[in-house]
Amino acid sequence: MEKKVRVLLAKPGLDGHDRGVKVIAAALRDAGMEVIYTGLRQTPQMIVDAAIQEDVDAIGVSILSGAHMTLFPAILEELKAKDATDIILFGGGIIPDDDKAELEKMGVAKIFTPGAPTEEAIKFLREAAGSRSPKE
Amino acid sequence: MFAGKFLENLKEKLSSWDKNAEKYRSKKSLPRFFTISGQDINELYTPLDIKGSSEDDYFEKQINFPGEYPYTRGIHPTMYRTKMWTFRQFAGMASPEETNQRFKYILAQGGTGLSAAFDLPTLMGYDSDHAHSLGEVGKCGVAVDTLADMELIFEGIDLGKVSVSMTINSPASIILAMYLAVAEKKGVALDKLRGTLQNDILKEYIAQKEFIYPPKPSIKLITDMMEYCLKNVPQWNTISISGYHIREAGSTAAQELAFTLADGFCYIEAAIEAGLDIDEFAPRLSFFFNAHSDFFEEIAKYRAARRIYARHMKEKYKAKNEKSWLLRFHTQTAGCSLTAQQPENNIVRTAIQALSAVMGGTQSLHTNSMDETLALPSERAALIALRTQQVIAHETGVANTVDPLGGSYFVEALTDKMEKEAEEYFAEIEKRGGVLTCIEEGFFQTEIARAAYQFQKEIESKERVIVGVNGYTMEGEKIDIPVLKIDKECERKQIAALKKIKAERNNGQVQVLLDKLKQVATDGGNTFEAILECSREYATLGEMCDVLRDVWGEHVENPAAMQVS
Repeated sequence: MEKKVRVLLAKPGLDGHDRGVKVIAAALRDAGMEVIYTGLRQTPQMIVDAAIQEDVDAIGVSILSGAHMTLFPAILEELKAKDATDIILFGGGIIPDDDKAELEKMGVAKIFTPGAPTEEAIKFLREAAGSRSPKE
Repeated sequence: MFAGKFLENLKEKLSSWDKNAEKYRSKKSLPRFFTISGQDINELYTPLDIKGSSEDDYFEKQINFPGEYPYTRGIHPTMYRTKMWTFRQFAGMASPEETNQRFKYILAQGGTGLSAAFDLPTLMGYDSDHAHSLGEVGKCGVAVDTLADMELIFEGIDLGKVSVSMTINSPASIILAMYLAVAEKKGVALDKLRGTLQNDILKEYIAQKEFIYPPKPSIKLITDMMEYCLKNVPQWNTISISGYHIREAGSTAAQELAFTLADGFCYIEAAIEAGLDIDEFAPRLSFFFNAHSDFFEEIAKYRAARRIYARHMKEKYKAKNEKSWLLRFHTQTAGCSLTAQQPENNIVRTAIQALSAVMGGTQSLHTNSMDETLALPSERAALIALRTQQVIAHETGVANTVDPLGGSYFVEALTDKMEKEAEEYFAEIEKRGGVLTCIEEGFFQTEIARAAYQFQKEIESKERVIVGVNGYTMEGEKIDIPVLKIDKECERKQIAALKKIKAERNNGQVQVLLDKLKQVATDGGNTFEAILECSREYATLGEMCDVLRDVWGEHVENPAAMQVS
């Protein structure tokens, strides 16, 4: 049997806009994935610790506050520090195109912007998790 | 209003009309016709769809004249002919100086009110130098650490003349206190100040999620401030009970209406319990609704809101002052309806939404900028948004007459339906133990999340078309409107300014006043005056919030209770 994709969804920083993250959580669950939602106001450290503990394939981060250029790099740093760069980091929110390109260059696997169908995220995760080689 | 015989005849005529129409229907396979909230809409509305329309007192009971109970047609007899709605554009970004410039620009361009947006650290009660503030300073609003920032924001603006709305909730008392301290320094009498504080903590737990303290002490903060303002700042709207964020979080129109009014009644009950006289405080309550894209549904929502509120205030809460029965409201067009794709189309969406708010009798309006799915508004986008209101006010003619859609069979039927749905929600909320219990148990949050997911599924199945998103899309579209970026320097400068204030103020006195605030909060006294004293001495927002955190603790949401199951 194919292993279920496990995803941790998180809201870092002070931003409380959680409509998007909840819609994604419901859509990924309906697509048969296992979803853990951290809730609001998580620090990069809390997010990465939870991801390692829950042994997830991917971390999905939702940021609508404009703090994405601070928070995504902080999560990437934390993944590096904990030797967990095999975990896929993706995200979504109010993120201008220029920033999106820069984040994807830094190592964020994919940024979804407003209007992206949930199907795209599902497809992306299935493919990315399928070709992932977890560290032991 | 309609004679029974007339209605009988109408029924017969309708049935023969229907037979004829059937020929047209059977030619095509028809889609479902439903509102943006998922409500099915009939092909045609006639007097037969209006409940009670055969009763003699129907008009007086359900519709009546504007300015007369139950205010379905508006709170004022002459509406926009004698008082245009306020063009109130929400603004705030980066440093206090930049926000001050934007405010002056808005006023120079014919804006008639101000509305301040604060950054997330300010909304959450952290100073700019707090670890949680990293990367957030000045990002989705202006940063306020001390009175000095508020002085800069309102520099050169006559607070005795312009009404100012401030979107802040958990630390609302602190921001108002700083504002009053600015007015004192400028020599403006407090009874001349006009404006509104959002100060609606219940919808924070429900939708926007910018909460600090648990619900009970949060409500105490609010009633303390109401008490102070009743005596000292009598023209101030102490609370703006907000459906806007509930709708943005994904609710339906009826949920927005019902949950917002339920929150309002919860505050009213709390204020009565705190010993305040309903007819003194109720006239200073105001509301804040969303204007989404379903034109008629929105108009029905505003009309129903006024009627429901008037009925509850008069009949349930026994308010005697007619001013207590009036639901006055501000409207903002729906940010969540805007698309990142083909962003210029957002100008059109915003215009139609704004039109519904005007047709629904709003007192004040903010129109969104086309670039809000990309960043904070650029000056150019903000100007087009303001101009949109001015075009509606001066060119379309909709402000010439009061409640132009009153008496439309469709709008009246929809208004009745909205009221009925809201009443059903009130009954459900009561059955579940009231607003606070519903918040704790995640009832509102799950209802909203479910509606949001349903909406998303309708888009993905293309049952619903969003122009530029799942229909009329453009391959390889490049966005070429200017996007505002907040300079990274802003955070550093703000922190440096805060350091300077902390070094220069009378720190001994600040500590004495913070200790006093702690004592008052611990003893259950009125916190507002203690907060005002701290603010005058340049205590920081974070310091004051920390004192109250120590006494009251912090609210944490249980994510498991908030999801669609």
